[in-house]
Amino acid sequence: MSISPSVRFPAAGCVDDPWRSHTVRIAAITDEVPGVRTYELHFEDQEVGRAYRFAAGQFNMLHLPGIGEAAISISSDVEEPERLAHTVRAVGNVTDALARMEVGETLMLRGPYGRPWPVDALAGRHVVIIGGGLGLASQRAAIYELARHRAGCTQVTVIHGAKTPEGLFYTREYESWRAAGIELEIIVDEPAAGWDGRVGLVTAVLESMTLEGPAAVLCCGPDPMMTAVASTAKSRGVPSDSIYLSLERNMACAVRQCGLCQFGPKFVCQDGPVFPHAEIAPYLCVPQL
Amino acid sequence: MQSDPERPGRGEGGDSPGGSASGVDPAWVWLAKDRLQDLIDLLLGEGYRVVGPQVADGAVVLRELSSAGQLPAGWLDEQDGGHYRLRQDASAGIFDHVVGPHSLKNFLFPPRETIGRFVREDGTWRQEDHTIDEPPLAVLGVRGCDLAALAIQDRVFLGGEHVDPGYRRRRERLFVVAVNCRRAVATCFCHSTGCGPAAGDGFDLALTEFDERFACQIGSPRGEALVAALDAADPLEACTAEEVVAAREQPAALARSMHARVAEPGQPRPRSLQTEGIRDLLFDNLEHPRWEEVASRCLSCTNCTLVCPTCFCASVSEVADLSGEAVERERHWASCFTLDHARMHGGSVRNSTASRYRQWLTHKLAGWIDQFGTSGCTGCGRCITWCPVGIDITEEVAAIRADPQEASP
Repeated sequence: MSISPSVRFPAAGCVDDPWRSHTVRIAAITDEVPGVRTYELHFEDQEVGRAYRFAAGQFNMLHLPGIGEAAISISSDVEEPERLAHTVRAVGNVTDALARMEVGETLMLRGPYGRPWPVDALAGRHVVIIGGGLGLASQRAAIYELARHRAGCTQVTVIHGAKTPEGLFYTREYESWRAAGIELEIIVDEPAAGWDGRVGLVTAVLESMTLEGPAAVLCCGPDPMMTAVASTAKSRGVPSDSIYLSLERNMACAVRQCGLCQFGPKFVCQDGPVFPHAEIAPYLCVPQL
Repeated sequence: MQSDPERPGRGEGGDSPGGSASGVDPAWVWLAKDRLQDLIDLLLGEGYRVVGPQVADGAVVLRELSSAGQLPAGWLDEQDGGHYRLRQDASAGIFDHVVGPHSLKNFLFPPRETIGRFVREDGTWRQEDHTIDEPPLAVLGVRGCDLAALAIQDRVFLGGEHVDPGYRRRRERLFVVAVNCRRAVATCFCHSTGCGPAAGDGFDLALTEFDERFACQIGSPRGEALVAALDAADPLEACTAEEVVAAREQPAALARSMHARVAEPGQPRPRSLQTEGIRDLLFDNLEHPRWEEVASRCLSCTNCTLVCPTCFCASVSEVADLSGEAVERERHWASCFTLDHARMHGGSVRNSTASRYRQWLTHKLAGWIDQFGTSGCTGCGRCITWCPVGIDITEEVAAIRADPQEASP
């Protein structure tokens, strides 16, 4: 026995340093809508890249040393983890600095984090994916998966809403999504000249659409939109535990240790970002929670 | 939903069997007060940085020490909402003060800490290996409430999928000399949270103060080794079973007196917290008018979160050198009372003081139960004492409990 400060206990489940990140290089930049670009990132260490896996709806922490770090959902295909894409709107110091970067430059990445979309639990359902604006980015991986194999779903409908036609995301991919049997409903709030599509809110589409059997709703967008979608979905008979919402909050750690992303008793980083509506319903309608 | 959380690190002074065939308890020895210096010297000799309570700037704070003479013998604290005063009292012992503004949190989860270093070479960023190189820490005078807080912070930093490396490094080498309280102030309410006044599990040694000596309970192999070293230098007397009973009676008597406290005119109101069903009580009352009422007094100053021994919110800053090619990431304490805490690109989620106070109190007493299987409150009373306007967490809960809104459907 000794008084010496040798290691007293192995911390259970201690696996890694949550602050450890990996160098990634910008391989391609695609302009999406004004102020929003998609960055394809490749791991500098190929071994890290080969081992990296994520699930649809998860996010990474992107770190620009000297600038800061931001939580950004992964918008690429889970089957191509070596070509990670993040679709980012320049709205803060980190995302503004990212918007000034060019192909070939490096940044740091750690992840993936968070609870994904329940892609494997949708058998027998009519899956309705509702993405408001950039919200569609967190759903694109799920769309790719459901386009590839239906996972037993009776039908897959993607409802994408934007304020204006030029704010619509991933328009170049719509044809291939439709070709894969996905029903696509596009709706804008403020039509521009020449727009011959639907005008209104995503909830209007959800209200009037035909549901093929029991439905599951996967929604990502601004908080008020998600509250409205949840309410409309419930009125269409979709049970609260089949309505999934992806939330966004301030975050510094992504491993439930910084406390910043709390929403009621939940940590958005770890308990979410995807929540069944049933889990968070009491908190959604409380202002400034 | 849990309404009666399991409490980590709680105990009524340990569970040793008390008494062996020879009539002495091998887990307890008598330590003369003048042997505290030997104890400190042994720890220093092993390379520990020794920290203990000392009087500085008008308060009992935790600071590095090398001499037992630096401990606050003869000092007593008076505490009430927004009030802290020290006075000298010739009859007071070495540890008759209670908790000051500092806790173990200040040392294990320091206010500022570098969590990563990054360099850019030939235009490519990479993270450098980061080792935590600091001497091990020994802390004297840790109370039951702060041992409970330690167990709670363990759940935050060690209990999840990801373990904080700095906290882990400091925590696993920590040496704790606890003290069983024999005095409480009006803001103490550990008796109602189950965290004190006896030191629960998690100490290496625990001291119970008598006039000339301490009854010293051994709580770990490391504590046992320290007692063996003290004994080798100058033999220690073992406690008899009866003496152990007398030592245990000290915090037990204090606990009874705390339960029996009543408000008296002209005296600080004794606090207690009714914890039964508190999780649902608070989450069912997120829009209670009391949040606006307390917000009219709250300055949003963050003092309560700084002195709280369990508050763990933090944010991270980038610290770059002049070239911009070398960057350190620094984690620092954050507070839910600031606008930045819930800042999003569209502004802060919690714009009002009412929403920020609600976040703090509901997290501490309710959300924590969902997140970590325990309340975040130990009953140490620091948030009451150090609130500049004397806002009282126990009073706020009582106000909601007295007039709850209908539970949401």
